[in-house]
Amino acid sequence: MSLVALRNVSFSYDGAPVLVDVDLAIEEGDFLAIIGPNGSGKTTLVKIILGLLRPTAGRVEIFGCAPAQFAARDKIGYVPQKATHIDAYFPASVAEVVGMALLAGGRRARLPGREARQRVREALEIVGLAEFAKAAIGRLSGGQQQRVFIARALVTRPRILFLDEPTTGVDAETQTAFYDLLGRLNRSRNLTIVLVTHDIGVVNRHVNRVACVNQRLVYHGDHEGFCRSDAFREMIGHGNHLVSHEH
Amino acid sequence: MHALFAYGFLQRAFLAGVFVAVACAVLGVFLVLRKDAMIGHGLSHIAFAGVALGLFLNVLPLAAALAVSVAAALAMVKLKDRAGLHGDTAIGIFSSLGLAVGILLASLARGFNVELMSYLFGDVLAIEPLEVWLSVGLAAAVLGAVRLNYGKLLFMTFDRESARAAGIKVGRLDALLMVLTAVTVVLGMKVAGILLVAALVVIPAAAGLQAAASFRTAIAASALVAVVAVAGGLAASLALNIPASAAIVALCFLAFVLLFLLKKGRSGPQAGA
Repeated sequence: MSLVALRNVSFSYDGAPVLVDVDLAIEEGDFLAIIGPNGSGKTTLVKIILGLLRPTAGRVEIFGCAPAQFAARDKIGYVPQKATHIDAYFPASVAEVVGMALLAGGRRARLPGREARQRVREALEIVGLAEFAKAAIGRLSGGQQQRVFIARALVTRPRILFLDEPTTGVDAETQTAFYDLLGRLNRSRNLTIVLVTHDIGVVNRHVNRVACVNQRLVYHGDHEGFCRSDAFREMIGHGNHLVSHEH
Repeated sequence: MHALFAYGFLQRAFLAGVFVAVACAVLGVFLVLRKDAMIGHGLSHIAFAGVALGLFLNVLPLAAALAVSVAAALAMVKLKDRAGLHGDTAIGIFSSLGLAVGILLASLARGFNVELMSYLFGDVLAIEPLEVWLSVGLAAAVLGAVRLNYGKLLFMTFDRESARAAGIKVGRLDALLMVLTAVTVVLGMKVAGILLVAALVVIPAAAGLQAAASFRTAIAASALVAVVAVAGGLAASLALNIPASAAIVALCFLAFVLLFLLKKGRSGPQAGA
């Protein structure tokens, strides 16, 4: 069974079509890049999968359930767009931010305090920020904050991780380290990753599947096929960023 | 101070004041961070309509104010959702309406009497035993509800979209927060008065936020500011023969200034994210 399945999904906003007739399946272990020009519907697509938006037509399933009925939310990690544009004065420690995801369920679903603290420590170790647990989130650099949000998305031990333009406003070196971390998580933990990006360079470095969206799904398949496709040439034509292939 | 507390009226004032001010401060931390700081101001004006309605219908003003404020709080949440209004617009509409209805009812009930004035300016030293137990019980229930929903409220306040993706019903939680605030503001009327109760929601929270590197510290510091302000305000009121409500609010502001200066002295200007 696919982790995520979309059939004939369309979405319009105030009558204007944003997504038209999208069919997409995401399988366990995929590192999928959802790419496309600005305004092509990439973020909308992820929000529909997560149940944050309701499609105007079509069917969506996540772990075999309609998003509105899907209750096992700890199986999903999500890092939204602009996650790092947080209020610098918000009084939360790094450990509190990461632990938030463990407090989302009802009281019965909650882990005992000691186990929750252990999970937070573990998630911070994965992203290399264990020593910052007590620091105020607003004091961290953009790149560090971004890793904190990944830790928050990982703390529930999800099976699939969604990231929406996670490196906006982060310098190139930090971006490279960040995508290397995602690649390791995908390979060593078999974590399925869905990454929304307009940076084709990322596609070349780590991902194994590509979904190219421009209202419609113009390409969905493996990375090599994408590099030979018309969709790829069209993306380059739109001036999207390209770096060399580094497999 | 110890001898003063032998007086029953002072014990009652302190007990009610502390419970209500702590509930205001704790809710205030969430509200200030949500940029809903003015909700206390709006709900207090609506509570004025409730008090006037109670006096007009000859029912317990506190009960009438509770019913009107809770209904208006839920209506504000709906209006914000349905009409696509920004939070402060809904507050602006309802606070003016509350004041207008209150003035109309007060005039129909033959003008502003002493009782109405005690709600407008607060009169915690004259609080009745029934009002004390109502205040303590409801404030404890508000704090209990916050404790039960602490994690969800924190997540929603920090990152609403991720909270939704994690399965938190943010609409229901908005409504809960507004209802708790309405109840607390109504209770705060006797402590600080309709005209000043909003200060109990905003200033201790703003002061606590100056001191905090974590959310738990922010909550604890805000609650501490509220307790110290109530104790100090009551003492100042008796010693200097000044209104308790004004003294409490002035002490809250003093705590804010002190913590602000302390933070500035300790860390210098904070860098942006």
